[in-house]
Order: sequence, then C-alpha cells, then structure tokens
Amino acid sequence: MTESTTAELLKTALNATHRSMGAKMVPFGGWDMPVEYSGIIAEHLAVRTRAGLFDVSHMGRVDIEDGPQAGSALALLQSITCNDVAKLQLGQAHYNALLNARAGIVDDILIHKVSDRHYFLCINAARRAQDLAWITVNNQHGARITNRSDETSQIALQGPRALAILQPFTTTDLGAIRYYWYTSGEVMGVPARIARTGYTGEDGFELYIPVAESERMWNGLLNAGKGEDMLPAGLGCRNTLRLESAMLLYGHDMDETTTPLESNLGWITKLDKGEFLGREVLLEQKAKGVAQQLVGFRMIDRGIARDDAPIWKDGQRIGKVTSGSHVPFLKQNIGLARVPSANAKHGERIEIEIRGQMVAAEVVPTPFYKRVKN
Amino acid sequence: MSQANYPAQFRYSTEHEWVDAPSPSAATVGITDHAQHALGDIVFVDLPRVGTAVEAGKPCGSVESVKAVSEIFSPVTGEVTEVNATLAEHPEIVNQDPHVKGWMIKVSLAAGGVPSELMTAAQYQELLKQEGS
Repeated sequence: MTESTTAELLKTALNATHRSMGAKMVPFGGWDMPVEYSGIIAEHLAVRTRAGLFDVSHMGRVDIEDGPQAGSALALLQSITCNDVAKLQLGQAHYNALLNARAGIVDDILIHKVSDRHYFLCINAARRAQDLAWITVNNQHGARITNRSDETSQIALQGPRALAILQPFTTTDLGAIRYYWYTSGEVMGVPARIARTGYTGEDGFELYIPVAESERMWNGLLNAGKGEDMLPAGLGCRNTLRLESAMLLYGHDMDETTTPLESNLGWITKLDKGEFLGREVLLEQKAKGVAQQLVGFRMIDRGIARDDAPIWKDGQRIGKVTSGSHVPFLKQNIGLARVPSANAKHGERIEIEIRGQMVAAEVVPTPFYKRVKN
Repeated sequence: MSQANYPAQFRYSTEHEWVDAPSPSAATVGITDHAQHALGDIVFVDLPRVGTAVEAGKPCGSVESVKAVSEIFSPVTGEVTEVNATLAEHPEIVNQDPHVKGWMIKVSLAAGGVPSELMTAAQYQELLKQEGS
C-alpha cells in the first residue's frame, strides 16, 4: 500500500458527511475513504443480517456509446473484454474483465446495457486512468467514451432489508428488478439508475445518482434505515464481506500479470464469442491447462494469514496469499491464494508463513459464504 | 477520539503499551485505549507462554484486528508469570476494557524494575495530542 497525505487524496461528494459522522478515514486507491464508522464487525454483521449503506463513489463510471458507426460501442467492448457483451439484454448487467494482449486483467468491471447503442461501465477507483486510456487506445471503431465519474455519485444499499428501506423512495417496483439487472427510475424525485448489484454477497442495490443530490440521498436513506437497524458501512467491512463471498479484489487477487483462467474467472471467459484481446493466450491455457490457480483456503491452526504471506508445501515455497482476513459472519480465518494447479484441489494441506511461523491451512471450495435466496 | 481515562498509576510506552507495577518486582502489561481504538475490532491476541523471557522494547506477541496485525512490544524486562487466558476466546475484551480486564501479561521484573523512560499518563496524553489523534 502506498502512503499518501490527505492533501493529495481525492474526495467523494460525501467526504465531509463521513467526517462529520465520525468515520475513521483511510487512503484507498488514491481516495480518502471511510474504513469504518462503528466497527468492521458490527457493520459486516449489519449487512449480512439487516442492511448497510456504503458510499462507493470512488468507483469510476463510464458511458460507451455508438459513434458514427452503428454497433461501435458493442464492437469496442467485445474486443477488449472476455465475457460476451452481446449476450446482455436491455437492462441487464454482468461482471466482466478488461484484458491486455497477454490476457492479463487490466481491470474487473461491471457492464450495464442501456440500449443497443449504449453501455454503462462501473470500474475500479484505482484503475480509472488506466482503464480509460486502455479503452481509448483500443477504440478503432470510433465509439464515444464519456467519463461520468465526476458528475455522478454511487451509493450501495446492501443487505436483506435493502429493498424494504429503498422502496418507499421510488415508484419503481424494486422486487421486479432481478439480480444483476438495473432500471432507470427516480429515487427521492431524482433520476437514478437503480441496479440490483453489489460487492457484498448479499441482496441489495447500487444507486447511480447526480452528484449534487449525494448528501440529501445519503441522509434520507440513513434516516430511513434506522428503523431497520441499518448501519453506515465502510470499506473495511466491504472487504471482509466480499472476501467471505469469495469475490475478487483487483490488484490483490488478480492484476495485469494474471489471466481470468488463472484467477478462477473461467465463468466469465467466453472463448467462443469471437476475437478479443488475449484470446489466443486463453485458448492455449484452456488447451494445455493453467499452471497456477486462485483458490480459497481456511486456516487449520490459529492465525490469520494476510495478503502476500508465502505459502509452502513439503519445504518448497509454492505460492502466496492474495487476500487474507478474519471474516466476521463465519468467524473464520480464510483467504484466497495463488498456488500451482497441482496444489489447487479441495482438501489440499498447505502451510502459510505468518511472521516466520508455519501455520497449517487447507484448500477449500469457494464461496466461503453463500446467502440463502428467498 | 474516545474519551479515554489513562490511569495515573500506570506508565506508558511510545509503542502504546501500559505497565501497572504497584511493586518494583512485578508488573501487569496491556495495550492502551488509543492502541485498541486505532486497531479496531480485535479478533486474535497472540501472547507469550508463561516462563518466556521478555525484554523492554522487543516484540513479545501480537494483536490482530480484522484489518491489521500489530506487534506487542514489551515495555519491561523480566519473565512472564501469567497470561490473560480469557483473551484467547474473547479478544474483544481488549476493545471493551483495555486498561483493566484486557490486560495481557504479568511479568516478574528484572533488576531495575520499570524502565524510567516510560511516560506518565500526562506525558502519554501529550504524545497522543502531538500524534494528532
């Protein structure tokens, strides 16, 4: 992690609000963000059992639209991602990855289909500049690329009571929005994209709203959530929630040097969709098998393995932890790790080096936590 | 910042441990309210075994919150005579009551007793003010 002073950090429209609420602030991806308000455990459990409200406006938001040439938006996106954007229906969203020519992951992103001529991307905060540059340099089709990050805010309302808290603020029938779909509507009388998406493994919504309305909507939702024991939630629990659900974190679990097939992302790798950057590499990996994989592990002995902890087997250093933590709902010490394929099978015993000590762990299936759907 | 009460009879280290030594030969050690607050929710406390020799300024264990791990630096030199076994099952006690129930180890002090460079409660609070907390 890089050290930066507060003065250099970017701020969301809700920065002063977080500070006035007494949030503990930390630098994250170049942003001054709330890591916790009342405590990571309390906030994590609130999201799993009730609801949590997150400011995730540090994420980047980008429109890709057809230029003079019809179909250019789709053609551009298809050429630089591995999931099949052509399969998206109007109002549907999916998880996808921007790839480089070596099939390394430039970023993991969400793509929402607004119309046949228009797609809306949600990208990682720390990757905004790289993504925009990469999309632009590959835009041979003349699609229109518009960065909407500064004119919009993004608020995530997550947890089993999210729908009940949000519904009174909109005439949109939230129950009719399926998971990983979105709709354009109004929230508190303001035009908003209401997406049933999130990064917590829980039901919930992400709201894309005009930046000028950020504070009013945050406070409105916060007040409405009090009756449902909702808590404002920071990036600390966002990380433990996503890890408990085995969702990947860019820059930790994958990056430009690892491919989707090496990162447990075969499910978004659609090799039959036509040409795209990195496809040749992925075809070869698919044919020959990958040398390394991303797996879940659980500690057997006491100890919490943190990011970058070395992994050993039979006296050989074989890999490293990419994300490791205690997770508060399962109350387990778990994580994700990059290991050789030979050591990736469930039940494989490994040792993780924690401050010079070898601590026993085992490879386990992911996700660690899966919500029970109604 | 929390309105902590830093007991006047304790001595404090720059690494945010406290020492309670009513006699020159025995001391109780823990981490300060400032330390637990900075760490956040504590989920694991790793303490030395009884009989371990500890040395002032050297690591003698670790405290892990959800987010991070932090070493415990022994503020005194001597031998561990007792560890707070309750913390193995209930590490959250360190958050709830860092200066009393959240104590970590008891040490029989080597000759020289409590190091004179440790701070008084007033000095420690001055340090916290300077660190901008």
